[in-house]
Amino acid sequence: MNWLLTLLLSIAVLGVAMTCVAYLTWLERKIAARMQNRIGPFWVGYPHGWLQPLADVAKLIIKEDITPKNADRVLFNLAPVMMVVPSLIGFAFIPFAAGLAVVDHPYSFLLFLAFASLALLGVFAAGWSSNNKYALISSLRMVAMAVSYEIPLLLSLLVPAVLVGSFRLTEIVEAQQGMPFILYPGIGQVAFVVFFIAMLAELNKAPFDLVEAESELVAAYNVEYTGMKFALFYAGEYAHTFAVCGLAATVFLGGYNGPAFLPGAVWLLLKMVGIFVLILWIRWSFMRVRIDQALMINWKILFPIALLNLVAAAWWVVRSGGAG
Amino acid sequence: MPEANVQEALMLRHQATETALGVELPPAELLEALRALRDAHGYRFYIVTTGIDGTEGIEIVHGLRNLETGDDFFVKVLLPKDDPELDSAAFLFAGAEWHEREILDLFGVRFRSHPDPRRILMPDEYEGHPLLKDFPMDTPWGYRPAAPESETDG
Amino acid sequence: MTEEIRVVDRELGELALNMGPQHPSTHGVLHLKVHLRGETVVKAIPGIGYLHRGVEKLSENLAYEQLAPIFERNDYLGPTANSLGYVVAVERLGGFEVPRRGAWLRTLVAELQRIASHLVWLGTLGLDLGGALGGGTTLYMYCFREREKILDYMEELTGTRFHTNFNLIGGARYDITPELAAKAVDLANQMEACLGEMRNMTSATAMFRGRVEGIGVIPRDLALSVGVTGPVLRASGVKFDVRKDAPYDAYPDLQFDIPTRTEGDALARFEVRMDEIAESAKLVRQLVEGLPDGPIFTRKPIKNPKGLKVKPNEVYAAVESPRGELGFYIVADGTFKPYRLKINAPSFCNLQVIPHIAPGLLLADVIATLGSLDPVLGDVDR
Repeated sequence: MNWLLTLLLSIAVLGVAMTCVAYLTWLERKIAARMQNRIGPFWVGYPHGWLQPLADVAKLIIKEDITPKNADRVLFNLAPVMMVVPSLIGFAFIPFAAGLAVVDHPYSFLLFLAFASLALLGVFAAGWSSNNKYALISSLRMVAMAVSYEIPLLLSLLVPAVLVGSFRLTEIVEAQQGMPFILYPGIGQVAFVVFFIAMLAELNKAPFDLVEAESELVAAYNVEYTGMKFALFYAGEYAHTFAVCGLAATVFLGGYNGPAFLPGAVWLLLKMVGIFVLILWIRWSFMRVRIDQALMINWKILFPIALLNLVAAAWWVVRSGGAG
Repeated sequence: MPEANVQEALMLRHQATETALGVELPPAELLEALRALRDAHGYRFYIVTTGIDGTEGIEIVHGLRNLETGDDFFVKVLLPKDDPELDSAAFLFAGAEWHEREILDLFGVRFRSHPDPRRILMPDEYEGHPLLKDFPMDTPWGYRPAAPESETDG
Repeated sequence: MTEEIRVVDRELGELALNMGPQHPSTHGVLHLKVHLRGETVVKAIPGIGYLHRGVEKLSENLAYEQLAPIFERNDYLGPTANSLGYVVAVERLGGFEVPRRGAWLRTLVAELQRIASHLVWLGTLGLDLGGALGGGTTLYMYCFREREKILDYMEELTGTRFHTNFNLIGGARYDITPELAAKAVDLANQMEACLGEMRNMTSATAMFRGRVEGIGVIPRDLALSVGVTGPVLRASGVKFDVRKDAPYDAYPDLQFDIPTRTEGDALARFEVRMDEIAESAKLVRQLVEGLPDGPIFTRKPIKNPKGLKVKPNEVYAAVESPRGELGFYIVADGTFKPYRLKINAPSFCNLQVIPHIAPGLLLADVIATLGSLDPVLGDVDR
């Protein structure tokens, strides 16, 4: 009967995740608008525009589906799927109650990162198969950035794994019942900051959004996409972001742990949305960096810091005999 | 000697009224005068090159400025209306390139040894030079294709 | 029909990219042909003419009186400066006198429009550097919020927000009440105060400085040879401003500085324009304070535009538009229409510098450079 439970859980988790993703678009537009002295979605679902995501989906579904004549047909149509599916798989690994996740694997932490990297392949495929110079330039940039920023991402995420001694996400959350890892003196904060910056670069959010630099590359890798395929990219980007926020909340902020007046899953959601809002805040405030500056930040600043931090964490573990 | 002409004209201009803009030269002496103005007299700032379809011919005017004295100086040459041709000042002043292209486009003046002699404002295949006074104004506006339409299209 | 052989002038390994004419960042319909090797630009050739409306030919067919509003549509982001240039040129051509109050009012509107134009430049620079889905839009919205205050003021003063048709040959069209004058001072104070917030979002952040510092350097000699004008010239170390060196209207009686920088990069151009906003605010306060009394327009009103005839003459007169030196070369032949009217547009001269400084920049830097030059394609193409 285990498979039935897994099936039901996955449907539930997917449902909650996709609804959250849809309303995260609404939240982003509202927060961005308020930051810019505007109102944001207002009329659709008066007075707060909360029906806007449904209107957007409806509009995108009825749009014409265009494939450029010289585009690589198979890859062009496959790319949105290649981006969305791995992002959604990420939600399966996040534990939302004590010992309960859709998939509870001894290496769930690494599996999550592996699937997140697959999503980037979808973006690259989109840029390459579009037969468009702008899309090509954006994919080149994306490959350079993604490959580079994976390293500090992994190194900083390894710190909690080292502190706990396991790659199983449920165990990592249980180990934070006393104190979330972000509060660990020195090691936790540095790891979180490095992880956050590397995450911004992996997700192509400002100030690292040079992959979709609208003002230079006119929507870059999805410049040739219309209709439902574009909707898949759009939703996939938010799903990917939300999933990685979930990872951050699980690994650094304590996951479903929290005072008992709210169920653990709600705490998890609150933490995930909190990190998402932090990403938004940074996104709508800063100009973007250039590709060579982004790579310089990675190799000359983030990578040494992440490496030293990991070594420090390992030394701390050896000296104090483990976390708990 | 062109140098003496320019010197004389400058002195005259300093004593002249406000409306005297510069000096008129024969086309062959244009480059020497511009070079003398730039190197010997300090008129290193390039302002504008313009064309005037006058009654006697096409006049080309180059404008330079001396930043120390704040003085403007205009050098004018007169070209015949049929097949007007002039040396290009683009290698003396980099800014003359586009202004001369505009004159080439709108007046039909050819510039010898110009680095990029193409039309600049009108489409590349356009025929005719709009700012000439005898440009036919009673034809319908719009893009006129270079090749005539096929005879079977009525 | 014979097959044409197209000579493609690029080498192996270069990517020829067409930026524009439809592009979010080329400030209008500019066709920038860029040859890239990786991300580095090897060659960048601007192609213009997509917005050519034949204004110079049109001006040979309209009376002097009818022409002033036409030129406001040239550089559509700094409209008063355009018509002011034309009006000043015709006044020098025909020897018309301008009453002092009219001249000071024209200067007041010109300076307010300069602030508005620089705010548009700053907002669109944010869009270029930060993106429409990112921090750039925030800067853009803040700049336009400030600019709305100026446009609302223009609406109270003249009736339209933007292309106000304020300048007449021989004076100004609308007069100002004391309440509006006090409001202008208030407005100038607000504009100066908002500069701090703008700097917080731009030059105080490392990301912005990294995008503009050392980018698109125009050496002083190149600037003089190409003939760039305005803030671009002043950022390259040449202290030349038409308002100081060939003053017109109220400028001989006003005190203001000319901000100059020597580095010649995009950051220097940015700083020069930000300082110019502060200087314009100062000028607005001085203008309101010292506004002389009297009429604003003393020429005898004519019933027919054909009544204004100018004796045969030639003149070159320049004003300082927000983009640089805007010059009018007018040839009069004694009738009521100009014989030839040539507009020396600042954006046309400034845009010429792109092929000289683009090689060696990265693609993102080309956008930053173009934004810092502040071209307006209506001005370039006329």
